[in-house]
Amino acid sequence: MKRILVSCVIFQLVTIACDTGADVETTTAYASRYKPLASGVTLLQGATVLTGTGERLDNTDILMRDGRIAAIGSNIDAAGASTINASEMWVTPGVIDVHSHLGVYASPGVAAHSDGNEMSTPVTAEVWAEHAVWPQDPGFVTALAGGVTTMQILPGSGNLIGGRGVTLKNVPGRNVMEMKFPGAPYGLKMACGENPKRFYGGQGLSPMTRMGNVAGYRTAWIEAEDYRDKMKAAENGKGEAPMRDLRLETLVGVLNGEILVHNHCYRADEMAVMIEISKEFGYSISTFHHAVEAYKVADLLAANNTCAAVWADWWGFKMEAYDGIRENAALVDRAGACAIIHSDSEIGMQRLNQEAAKVMGAAGRVDIDIPPERAIRWLTRNPASALGILEHTGTLEVGKMADVAVWNGNPFSVYTKVDRVFIDGALIYDRNDPSANPVTDFSLGTAAVSGGAQ
Amino acid sequence: MKRTAYMASALLLITLTPLATAETIAYTGAIVHTMGPAGTIENATIVIRNDRFEAVGGNLSPPGDARVIDVTGKIITPGLFSPMGQMGLTEVSGVDESVDFYQSGTRFSASFDIADAYNHRSPVLAVNRSGGITRAVTAPSPELEEETAAPQVFSGLAAVVQLGDRPDFIADRGCAMVVNLGEVGSAVSRGSRAAAILGLRAALDDGIDYRRNKDAVERGQRRDYSISIEDLEALQPVIAGRTPLLVNVNRASDIETIVRIASEYGLALILYGGAEAWMVADLLAANNVAVILDSKANLPASFDALNARLEAPAILAKAGVDISFGVDWQSETHTGRNITQSAGNAVANGLPWMEALEAITIAPARMYGVDDRFGSIEPGKEADLIVWPADPLELTSNPDDVMIRGQQVSLENRQTLLRDRYLQADSAKPPAFRK
Repeated sequence: MKRILVSCVIFQLVTIACDTGADVETTTAYASRYKPLASGVTLLQGATVLTGTGERLDNTDILMRDGRIAAIGSNIDAAGASTINASEMWVTPGVIDVHSHLGVYASPGVAAHSDGNEMSTPVTAEVWAEHAVWPQDPGFVTALAGGVTTMQILPGSGNLIGGRGVTLKNVPGRNVMEMKFPGAPYGLKMACGENPKRFYGGQGLSPMTRMGNVAGYRTAWIEAEDYRDKMKAAENGKGEAPMRDLRLETLVGVLNGEILVHNHCYRADEMAVMIEISKEFGYSISTFHHAVEAYKVADLLAANNTCAAVWADWWGFKMEAYDGIRENAALVDRAGACAIIHSDSEIGMQRLNQEAAKVMGAAGRVDIDIPPERAIRWLTRNPASALGILEHTGTLEVGKMADVAVWNGNPFSVYTKVDRVFIDGALIYDRNDPSANPVTDFSLGTAAVSGGAQ
Repeated sequence: MKRTAYMASALLLITLTPLATAETIAYTGAIVHTMGPAGTIENATIVIRNDRFEAVGGNLSPPGDARVIDVTGKIITPGLFSPMGQMGLTEVSGVDESVDFYQSGTRFSASFDIADAYNHRSPVLAVNRSGGITRAVTAPSPELEEETAAPQVFSGLAAVVQLGDRPDFIADRGCAMVVNLGEVGSAVSRGSRAAAILGLRAALDDGIDYRRNKDAVERGQRRDYSISIEDLEALQPVIAGRTPLLVNVNRASDIETIVRIASEYGLALILYGGAEAWMVADLLAANNVAVILDSKANLPASFDALNARLEAPAILAKAGVDISFGVDWQSETHTGRNITQSAGNAVANGLPWMEALEAITIAPARMYGVDDRFGSIEPGKEADLIVWPADPLELTSNPDDVMIRGQQVSLENRQTLLRDRYLQADSAKPPAFRK
């Protein structure tokens, strides 16, 4: 009886998703079952708009209808729209964090919540971050108050190949499927440097050195090529298909260009070696994460169309982070490469705008002028591009998802706060109406409800 | 020409040239937030003679012998004071050999004095002072690796240090005694925070007994103590209420417990962590307990911090509690200059701007009892000041000029050197030739 009921609910969800014409495979296992919240027609009037495309538009209106950006301009006529006077406000695309562990390293940070590193063997391409995401992590709500509308949840960096990352809309769900960004490609987490070799080498296992790291990646790709070739041959009637292998299936997804590589890598020389490996096996690297030395190889990143996702100024916590400088993102940007400000932190994630502001200030000291309309790309457009979802979100352009952050001033001032957040046109966070904002199960009865997470 | 300048300054950085000839300097034209009784003064003149402020005022002519620095339209604040961290005790947190802020031996705990490990030439200091940090408390921290951790509720003695080139870089040795309660106290006491309290009480009782019976102790006619003689000695100024306990604690109930014990023994208290301190703000104000907290920590990082919230600094300050900003996370040492970001976020969440500036200048000086020497711009005090091009709490704002004890210090550091090397993108030679 109970079972039948559940099936009906799922069936209903699928039907609704089909009705709205979403280009999503809702019938596939693990697929997105995200449904936008109800939205009306909303007009933001007279705002300062940073579009994410590099433009700043003053005194501009934005119309959201059917979950999409319907119009951007002046004096937009929108009869029946609920109108918000945004003349004192700045409007940007929703913030996108390309590197988060929300849900897989949830708050509180107890051992029972440590679900991000399957450090049982150095290559665990078979694990998926989404299978560990706990939607009740209070960090989702605090990130919302920081304007974050989309994020990639990644496995940790203990392994050479840590598993699949997943891109989520920052919406409350009872399970991860209800949060998955429709149509977003998967990511594959890889890690350079100290973490894998420290963990395994410390136990007398490989990798023990950076040499071992590289041998480990290459061996994995060779296995993936072999698996891919056998699968292809079997499709063409030559030989029997090998048994399905979750680990190699994911790696083949990378070789086929369907899964995007997100590579934790600090040092410039290691990034260069990782690019060589990608050439050996014919895949491309979407993004180097942390990349504290990206500024040393900004030209190489530009030439290979690889993003650098960086903090503003974390440095010195381990040897490979010793050469971090605040101007990193600005120097990457100056070289024509794709610069991203990321968090890797449930606290930093709430204020990626402030991290960008530090870079702007530091760059200004050496005459690299980064105006707000340029900096905002680091936390909107560029991460959307890195995640393969730029056609859907990441900039304010007509036809895109209405994922929008409304700020009570210049987002790069430390005093500025997010006033409202819209996801697919639905108001999901309103600083002035805490009673309407989401609260996770875990936060019930804590200060988060009375304002702590606001 | 430019390259020569870089080289010269790099050399300066490495050798940390001892104080040049004493001089008289006058800054003119700035808006000065003195953080002292004079408040904020527009178009002010500040006179520095040798290492001290001689005068500050609105209608003041620089003395004839002064080197005048015109900073019209800029903002001057006292030097910033980082109230908690491990500056000078670590180069790279993950490189054990470069880390000196904990020890896992069992013989010493309270007497572990990190001042003897302090490296006033650490490159980490140069990065932080380029952000305006002129004074810092550098403190021991508990070791929490399960295999090697010693059961010790005390981590040892902290020190106030000076980040400049002046010779007296330890400004106040043994400024506070670090104690671990709550979850950390439980971890270093083999499983329960109650055991940490028991360990603390036993040590305090032993310290009192030792003080009263020193002769008998020396004759070997006294019972065994829970900690070493060195540790009992180190506890004496704590028991006398002169040296504050710097208590690592977050949960409100644990805070209530330590306030009760402090009152019983007559101890001075500074809390750090303090995630739930706002819930007992009135109790802290009534007992003159200061709090060093992370203004950005609004998540239940642990069950000790279930009620962490962004408004905590504003709530505490409103109740009359002295606050400052810092977190007990070693990598924050490297980014200690972000104390302005902590202050700015507190303002965004309700703390008045001037109280936020107070929290990163004079308030921490007051907590550690060194406010008679620095922390504000007042005649007679050691001359630490920062010249800012704009609002110091804005993240786009960086110091133009940093003075520590009357000396303008170099703002260069290995990060600016790296930056300058890679700024020059087009060069016939590899970067290694650009220095």
